[in-house]
Amino acid sequence: MGIRERLSGNEASAIAMKQINPDVVAAFPITPSTEIPQYFSSFVSNGLVDTEFVAVESEHSAMSACIGAEAAGARAMTATSSNGLSFMWEMIYIASSSRLPIVMSLVNRAVSGPLNIHNDHSDAMGVRDAGWIMLFSENNQEAYDNLIMAHRIAEHKDVLLPLMVCQDGFITSHSIENIELIEDEKVKDFVGTYHPEHYLLNDKEPISVGPMDLQAFLAEHKYQQAVAMRNAKKVILDVAADFEKMTGRKYSFFEEYRLEDADIAIVCMNSTAGTTKDVVDSLREKGIKAGLLKVRVFRPFPAEEIAKALSGLKAIAVLDKADSLNAAGGALFTDLTSAMYTNSVSVPTLSYIYGIGGRDTTSKDIESVYTDLQEVVKSNHIENPYRHLGVRGLN
Amino acid sequence: MNDLIEIRWHGRGGQGAKTASLLLADAAFNTGKYIQGFPEYGPERMGAPITAYNRISTTPIRIHSNIYEPDYVVVVDDTLLESVDVTAGLKESGAIIINTTKDADYLKTVLKGYHGSIYTIDARRISMETLGKYFPNTPMLAAIVKVSNIMDDAEFLEDMKSSFKHKFTKKPEVIDGNMKALEMALKEVQKI
Repeated sequence: MGIRERLSGNEASAIAMKQINPDVVAAFPITPSTEIPQYFSSFVSNGLVDTEFVAVESEHSAMSACIGAEAAGARAMTATSSNGLSFMWEMIYIASSSRLPIVMSLVNRAVSGPLNIHNDHSDAMGVRDAGWIMLFSENNQEAYDNLIMAHRIAEHKDVLLPLMVCQDGFITSHSIENIELIEDEKVKDFVGTYHPEHYLLNDKEPISVGPMDLQAFLAEHKYQQAVAMRNAKKVILDVAADFEKMTGRKYSFFEEYRLEDADIAIVCMNSTAGTTKDVVDSLREKGIKAGLLKVRVFRPFPAEEIAKALSGLKAIAVLDKADSLNAAGGALFTDLTSAMYTNSVSVPTLSYIYGIGGRDTTSKDIESVYTDLQEVVKSNHIENPYRHLGVRGLN
Repeated sequence: MNDLIEIRWHGRGGQGAKTASLLLADAAFNTGKYIQGFPEYGPERMGAPITAYNRISTTPIRIHSNIYEPDYVVVVDDTLLESVDVTAGLKESGAIIINTTKDADYLKTVLKGYHGSIYTIDARRISMETLGKYFPNTPMLAAIVKVSNIMDDAEFLEDMKSSFKHKFTKKPEVIDGNMKALEMALKEVQKI
């Protein structure tokens, strides 16, 4: 049995990092970062971890230090949020293209501007094509569990890609909720020791990391990254199966909630999925066949699996907590509709941009989306697929 | 206790409403409940109106939004009564608990005909008598526990004693005063 606790999402993530006990944590310790490096630095000061904590002067340096440490052969972690991630952007690509399995805790908050500190997914969506594995978490429990699974996925020899664990800023990062922690020893055994195959401090095999990579090789290296991302799918499921044996908690690419016999469904990520589950239950009591698909693994995008899971529906709403400002729907929406088209699944699908800059998403908002979906099914017609939820002056 | 109790706190920055909501979450957690405790963050300024929330449930809590139809509202500072719509969405089957010495007529007027129960407590006097300083959150915490009946008095006091021991390891001299504040508040909170 695990340990019954109550923690904020930030505390839970810091404790996961403590139990993982990485060799190096490099982080910018104040805003726009989170409380996670602050909690972790106290573990370092109190001798609870063996980690070298590098308090850097910027997020760009935080990622650079993680890259240096990981390339040297160490297990490195960091944590950030919003504009902190923006400032890392250049190095985010260096990390993934150098195939360094760095793990990051990302507390999702709006990227300025105008200045906003609250939750949305614009930070994560800004790096969605950077070659990182991206896991999303409904609550503190999932943020913790995803971190515990992270290194096993990222460091697998068929993968070797960095990984970020996302959770909603404030909504779960600063909310105290119940959680079941895993015993320290079990985590240690589960995560295991890091044995990189190639690393800079190996004097028996001198190598270079990050040299020039021009016309002769970059195409092959990018192809290898693409293959690694596809390989990650199997590894993610294998690690989840082991995790389930240890904890009883089941994870996959996504969670299907009352989806099997559903007519209409919402697709979303992070904390909104919890609110949606409550709404699904209340609609079911009224005889409305509503369901939910909560995406956990956004990169790699489980295209075939999602298309299959949604194939029996009559209408779908995809909720994006960041606007791609492309006049053609949010990032999750475009990925999902592309996945359905490629897999010959044709279901009317709406895009909703919602929850921007911390705008609260209520049960009523979610209910209104299901009402819209019922309307689509009834009329067999979509007036406007690109919609906004909870914005004043609309509807 | 209902399966799910939702509580909204109104206070001013610096009065400890957020801390009180987290302590309430702690106390309920220790009696085996599922809990949420979260403030509505904004620019952090002393004296600015702030809101904090609690959900306390016998089953896992999945909803992640603010609370719009609370069972209970706690008002830590009565100067908010004329500027914040504190009874917005408050269930008539619930109650509002106010730190005030104002009379019933005034309260009924500013609460715009709220038909549920109204409780008051003089948290300022209790705090000054027991702590020598104005920390209204400790008495208000006891008041909401009493009114909402989340747990019984003895269980609550026992649990808070161990919380305070943990929270005030560096200043143990304030533990007794805080415990006394809780005890007085449990006795003094009254329905008007």
